[in-house]
Amino acid sequence: MSLLQVSGLSIRYRGDVVVDDISFELDEAESVGIVGESGSGKSQTALALLGLLPVQAEVSGSIRFDGVEIVGATEQKLNQLRAQRIGMVFQDPMQALNPYVQIGKQVRQVLLQHDLAEGAEADKRVIEMFARVGLPDPAQQFRAYAHQLSGGMRQRVMLASALIAEPDLLVADEPTTALDVTVQAQILDLLEDIRDNTALLLITHDLGIVAGHCERMLVFEKGRLVDAGPTTSLFASPGHAHTRTLLDAAPRIDRGTFPPEIKASTILSVEAAEVIYEREGNAQIRAVSGVGLSLRKGETLAVVGESGSGKSSMVRAILGLIPMHSGLVVYSGEPLAGPVETRSIAHHRDFQLVYQDPVAALNPQMRVRKIVGEPLSVHERTLTSKARLERVIATLQKVGLEQKHLDRYPHQLSGGQAQRVAIARALILGPSVLVCDEAVAALDGSARAQVLELLRTVQKDSDLSIIFISHDLAVVRSISHRVLVMYMGHLVEYAECAKLFTDPRHPYTRALLDAVPVPDPVVAVKAAPIKGEVASLLAPPSGCVFHPRCGYAKEICRERVPVTRDFSGSRVACHRADEIDLKG
Amino acid sequence: MSLLRNRTVAVSGGILLFVMLWAIVGPWVSPHEYLATDFGRILRGPVATNMQFFGTDDLGRDLFVRTMLGIRVTLLVAVVASMVSLVIGVTYGAIAGYVGGRVDAAMMRFVDTLYALPFIFLVILLMVAFERNFLLIFVAIGAINWLDMARIVRGQTLSLREREFVEAARLIGVSTPRIIFRHIAPNMLGIVVVYVTLTIPQAILVESFLSFLGLGIQEPQTSLGALVDAGVNQMEGASWMLLIPAVLLATILMCFNFLGDGLRDFFDARRTL
Repeated sequence: MSLLQVSGLSIRYRGDVVVDDISFELDEAESVGIVGESGSGKSQTALALLGLLPVQAEVSGSIRFDGVEIVGATEQKLNQLRAQRIGMVFQDPMQALNPYVQIGKQVRQVLLQHDLAEGAEADKRVIEMFARVGLPDPAQQFRAYAHQLSGGMRQRVMLASALIAEPDLLVADEPTTALDVTVQAQILDLLEDIRDNTALLLITHDLGIVAGHCERMLVFEKGRLVDAGPTTSLFASPGHAHTRTLLDAAPRIDRGTFPPEIKASTILSVEAAEVIYEREGNAQIRAVSGVGLSLRKGETLAVVGESGSGKSSMVRAILGLIPMHSGLVVYSGEPLAGPVETRSIAHHRDFQLVYQDPVAALNPQMRVRKIVGEPLSVHERTLTSKARLERVIATLQKVGLEQKHLDRYPHQLSGGQAQRVAIARALILGPSVLVCDEAVAALDGSARAQVLELLRTVQKDSDLSIIFISHDLAVVRSISHRVLVMYMGHLVEYAECAKLFTDPRHPYTRALLDAVPVPDPVVAVKAAPIKGEVASLLAPPSGCVFHPRCGYAKEICRERVPVTRDFSGSRVACHRADEIDLKG
Repeated sequence: MSLLRNRTVAVSGGILLFVMLWAIVGPWVSPHEYLATDFGRILRGPVATNMQFFGTDDLGRDLFVRTMLGIRVTLLVAVVASMVSLVIGVTYGAIAGYVGGRVDAAMMRFVDTLYALPFIFLVILLMVAFERNFLLIFVAIGAINWLDMARIVRGQTLSLREREFVEAARLIGVSTPRIIFRHIAPNMLGIVVVYVTLTIPQAILVESFLSFLGLGIQEPQTSLGALVDAGVNQMEGASWMLLIPAVLLATILMCFNFLGDGLRDFFDARRTL
């Protein structure tokens, strides 16, 4: 008999059906992935399995876990199941941990609650579990608080807490979405290693994760289960059109053609940029240390790196949104300096920025027509309101929106539509440099593919130069001509896109490439992820900032900061770039 | 309009409108004068004839007209005082919040200092030192209320200043005043409107309290607070003199409070949509 049987599960909120007649089963020790876009009902299903839906939810159908019915079960019965029989891990570990209680005590609570251990025995088991999930110095960490840990370490604590009672089933809802890609790879590997005979239900939007870590997969679309089967066979021959759509929209880091090299004149160049944040008590954070770049006309330059790499700080300093401590920015032969408010009106026209969260970047009190038209009312005051409206409509059509969207407020738009509005606002004045700061990171697969296509089209039509900040190398590969890799504010590697992906010269670049999950179960086997996490910018490591995580580090790496050297067309900051072979 | 679909707002707003309408029209349609005394009709209870709905006081003056007049004065004081606090508070708070840094620190420490002063005593002192007049009451009450408003507006401005849509506007080249008026101000309108409807009852209470102490409105002018004061003296025998203005005062206060709550729910709901 299977461990979990879901039959005819439906969830409604005031008549709105969010999960519609879903049935599936899960065997002991099996790993199953649920994939779907936002709003497909995958998280609602997970919450239903745990009996955690809000009271307003109307649930029908049946969920049987090991013979026990979960739908309509009493809170007392559910509490016996949760943690002891069914463990759970959510996307944001900070919200799942109590900031005022030591993490060891929180994990110990699971043991005490279910009478699995007590006293010194319980403490010992918690510390053992911390060691298994890879927390450094587990006995010390017992007394740490959530805010003292990094995001990756917090998620390790959540895993410890979910698995300490040795449950039969682990439900993980987007467990690595908030983490950097190298940490994501570590957590996923850890999950595989320590779950033993615990069955896994992994909910994710990332097909690469399912391909690498799940035996079977379920595909959700608009609350319905549209496709199910073994992962390898579904990837090879999808049973439903939606599975095909998802697969086609998933960017692949291991295949596809590279955009051809652009040989145009340089429009923007930056030399030795430094951005320093002052903290209380004279502490300084060097967010960007001596990074240089150049941008050609009609080219897309990707800036990649994990959180804390300084990629956003550098670009914001170039735009004049935050002060640049030192360095030289030259745009069309003229130096560019000072805060954005003091720059000439022509520069306001030429530089535009598109943000990660489109809804936050649009004034919630303004309608689309005003948002998109605002640049015109600042820069082209002589325009009649009729002419202005025509320009707004034309620009909206260019980004794939219609006239009916004119009078919408931002909250009335979908994520993809809101991002198009933000792009329309950025494009209406015809800028020459467009900065996209993680512009597609918050979008679903199909919306992301469409926005990327839109950017390519606009670039082709108007010779636009794009700086594309991203942590997602699979996306970067498909859109950029050149790539700049940053780590802790330093330039790591700067190369043509094709060169960087086929012949990386820096161990960090290699690690980033290896960490990206490939949405194909056949090739999903890959190297072990690099160890450790990004160090604190308040106390950067000596010498090469990457040396504590680098598998190739030698004495010199600990002592001397590497100079950036030319290496058969790439610029690389590594002492050992000429000795080591990193070809995949 | 969706605002009227909010039942709290509709009911409390309706009652307030009704009361205000009577306060304006009442003295005008009534045959009685607010200061005309009639010693033949002292302390008569409420009757429906001759529009003496609220009876008369110990000088034979018609209480209906006087009460309506009192409502006028009370509401006027409250609304003007709230406007004073609105103007000072929003300007002060927005400047402190947007400029930030040392200016912000200095301005907000000044507010903290003012908070420490016992304002009722200050007001009483003012009333004793200067000749009592309307204007002084407005100023005194407004001077108390703007402190809260300044703090709220500053907090809002601080968080809005960091929002991405403000940064996007800076990048487009939108001027600073335009950013404040087009991007920041509309986004705190909700909370400011709500807060004003909640300061009005506070101002009413302070005014009533001052009048009750005999420091507010002077005879033959009157306000709800002064009427309650007069009613207390005639509590035995002429209970209507106390009950009617007291009930009206309580009704007005409650309506403003409910209105504020309703507006807050309304704006919150729109924000989370």
